[in-house]
Amino acid sequence: MTVKIIVNGETREVESGLTAGALLDFLSLPKKRIAVELNSEVLRRSLWPSTEISAGDRLEVVHFVGGG
Amino acid sequence: MKDTFRLAGHEFSSRLIIGTGKYRSYDEMKAAHAASGAEMVTVAVNRVPLDGSSESFLDHLNPQMKIVPNTAGCYDADHAIRTARLAREALDTEWIKLEVIGDQITLLPDNEQTLEAAKVLVKEGFVVLPYFTDDLIMAKKLLDAGCPAVMPLAAPIGSGMGVQNPSNLRIMREQLPDATIIVDAGVGVSSDAAIAMELGADALLMNTSIAEAGDAAQMATAMKLAVEAGRLAYLSGRMPKRLYASASSPIEGAIK
Repeated sequence: MTVKIIVNGETREVESGLTAGALLDFLSLPKKRIAVELNSEVLRRSLWPSTEISAGDRLEVVHFVGGG
Repeated sequence: MKDTFRLAGHEFSSRLIIGTGKYRSYDEMKAAHAASGAEMVTVAVNRVPLDGSSESFLDHLNPQMKIVPNTAGCYDADHAIRTARLAREALDTEWIKLEVIGDQITLLPDNEQTLEAAKVLVKEGFVVLPYFTDDLIMAKKLLDAGCPAVMPLAAPIGSGMGVQNPSNLRIMREQLPDATIIVDAGVGVSSDAAIAMELGADALLMNTSIAEAGDAAQMATAMKLAVEAGRLAYLSGRMPKRLYASASSPIEGAIK
């Protein structure tokens, strides 16, 4: 079964019941020096393995780039 | 006693803080950073691209430099607060350059939203360095809210116009003698940097003036020297300005 979620503003269809950590792997996203927000709240790294992603979840996955 | 720059329990030899945006290449950025002598550097928070194209930007920074994330791209307190929390989580740093912008053309700060975000973030233990307009009243409010420094602009971000209102900065320095004032945004060339320091700024933050210079590393050196010169001049106490002349050579005793 798949669920629709929004990651960085883009809709993605992913396996139901994925953990946040598994989602990052599934999307081939880097895991170092990034942060994840789940439905407008920071999702601490320590909780990635245990937090399940549900239908309609909105995630922001951020890293650092050049800036002033 | 050495004239070091103290901020939130840290001590820096350099009063120049440098950005990481707009460089033509990582090599140019690294050379400019090295030439600048800066010990603190700002970075932006951005969505990781989902197409797998992300590079590890931070790997290109000198690891000795203190990295301060900013909340650029945020147009309200809520987004700035969320961005700051994410930056802290990702980098394990309490420091944040708080930037809440009012509109896209001027990139002028929304002071009201900045103050609102500052209050929340200070309560959450952040070291908040707020970017705002050069307004004494707003400076007082930000300091009262618990910001360890205030960062008034010289001119709009990336405009290179230099200090547009020297009187505002002079007033701020005089009225807030113990505050840490970091002039941020709008510096274009080394004389702008010297002027800001001569007006009493404790430090300067600049990005475009170096990144968009023809020779970024050379301009970074110029800025380093200008910040040092301006600081020395400020500490030395400048001569007064006079409307009329004051002779440098003796008036009497010239041959007739």
